[in-house]
Amino acid sequence: MECVFGLVGDGFALVAADTSAVHSILVHKSNEDKVMILDSHKLLGASGEAGDRVQFTEYIQKNVHLYEFRNGIPLTTAAAANFTRGELATALRKNPYSVNILLAGYDKDIGPSLYYIDYISTLHKVDKGAFGYGSYFCLSMMDRHYHSGMSVEEAIKLVDQCIMEIRSRLVVAPPNFVIKIVDKDGAREYAWRESIKDTAEVSAA
Amino acid sequence: MKLDLSGLQSFPSPTMAEVGVGENDLFARPSFQLPACSDFDGFEKEAIQMVKPAKGTTTLAFVFKEGVIVAAESRTSMGGQIASQNANKIVEINSYLLGTIAGGAADCQFWHRNLGIKCRLHDLANKRRISVAGASKMLANILYSYRKMGLSIGTMIAGWDENGPGLYYVDSEGGRLKGTRFSVGSGSPYAYGVLDSGYRYDMTLEEAAELARRAIYHAAFRDGASGGVASVHFVGPDGSKKLSGDDVSELHYKYYPVGKTPFEQAMAEATEA
Repeated sequence: MECVFGLVGDGFALVAADTSAVHSILVHKSNEDKVMILDSHKLLGASGEAGDRVQFTEYIQKNVHLYEFRNGIPLTTAAAANFTRGELATALRKNPYSVNILLAGYDKDIGPSLYYIDYISTLHKVDKGAFGYGSYFCLSMMDRHYHSGMSVEEAIKLVDQCIMEIRSRLVVAPPNFVIKIVDKDGAREYAWRESIKDTAEVSAA
Repeated sequence: MKLDLSGLQSFPSPTMAEVGVGENDLFARPSFQLPACSDFDGFEKEAIQMVKPAKGTTTLAFVFKEGVIVAAESRTSMGGQIASQNANKIVEINSYLLGTIAGGAADCQFWHRNLGIKCRLHDLANKRRISVAGASKMLANILYSYRKMGLSIGTMIAGWDENGPGLYYVDSEGGRLKGTRFSVGSGSPYAYGVLDSGYRYDMTLEEAAELARRAIYHAAFRDGASGGVASVHFVGPDGSKKLSGDDVSELHYKYYPVGKTPFEQAMAEATEA
């Protein structure tokens, strides 16, 4: 039921993820942020088992920060992706993590990049990728409408089309999504797409 | 005897040819007497599966403008039998932190007590109270390291710290969620229905307590594994306080008093006249 998808555009990369925290038939939360800002210019969108997702992504984040503190220079996106894959691979035949990851980043000389990392440590550098039941709808839509060098507006339009498709066609579709973007100015939240607003959040804000 | 050997790792054999008598035992492969049953590992797996879904309870908690309300019923069931109608499912971890019990009672009680100890050590070591986020993260990390080993815990950690009211859901799969409204247990869908429709952030304390009580009552009405006493607690800036404890059956007649049938009504009027 968890959907994470992303794509690379002209000078930026996007990751979108649903925001439902689900336990069998119950939705405990509809505003759980699953796209972690790994460092200034990297995004980590993750989907998977509850404990594994948070614990593994926080572990990667802390190690990425540690590298930067120790060496005075941040990891490149490729290096971070390979580190993540290595950690998943080492744990795979002992104590595996059930997490699927899309790692998006921007490097000064290379530009934007997106890495697809499976729960069994598959690693691919891709232009577009998706995980979860939503991927059945997103992947073909992205294949059809994606072209390299899309502008932010075109990319957001495609992301919205994917979200609409998931909402209308997936039987237990998540109501809310978060979209984050990374470009030369850094990694940041771009927008939320909410169809169910939690009353408490609205009043408390 | 069927044995599941997937967990056994191969131990390195010693390269030394001659080893002293005493030391020889150190390098011998560990062995122990297995219980005399036909399928030992199957039994273990079955036991884990038995406990897994059986979070037969209803607990709920929510944040509102005055603080956090925590409520639970008090029935413990062993399969189809009611073991107790007066279990205490809300534990005081310390004076400003409450925890709820769902799943294995022993697991919850032990790990809450353990959390209380760790919180106290943190307070002493750092000369300030631990935050709700910190306490829940400590518990979540411990439970994560025991995941897949058969613990059954679905708990909410509610409290008041420097950042105001805090509420976290923590479970034995290692999940931890920050939120404003949670309900845990077999009766939780029923409780969510009443809680979600009646919830407003700016309720008064009495309204919030009544909403919690009502939600527990409705869950106990529909869910066989929930019943007994609906108890409501409150956590505010001055710590935690028990607000009420009402028997669920008595609440039923309070909310839905028995009226006379038309025939009885007519008879009563006739005798009066």
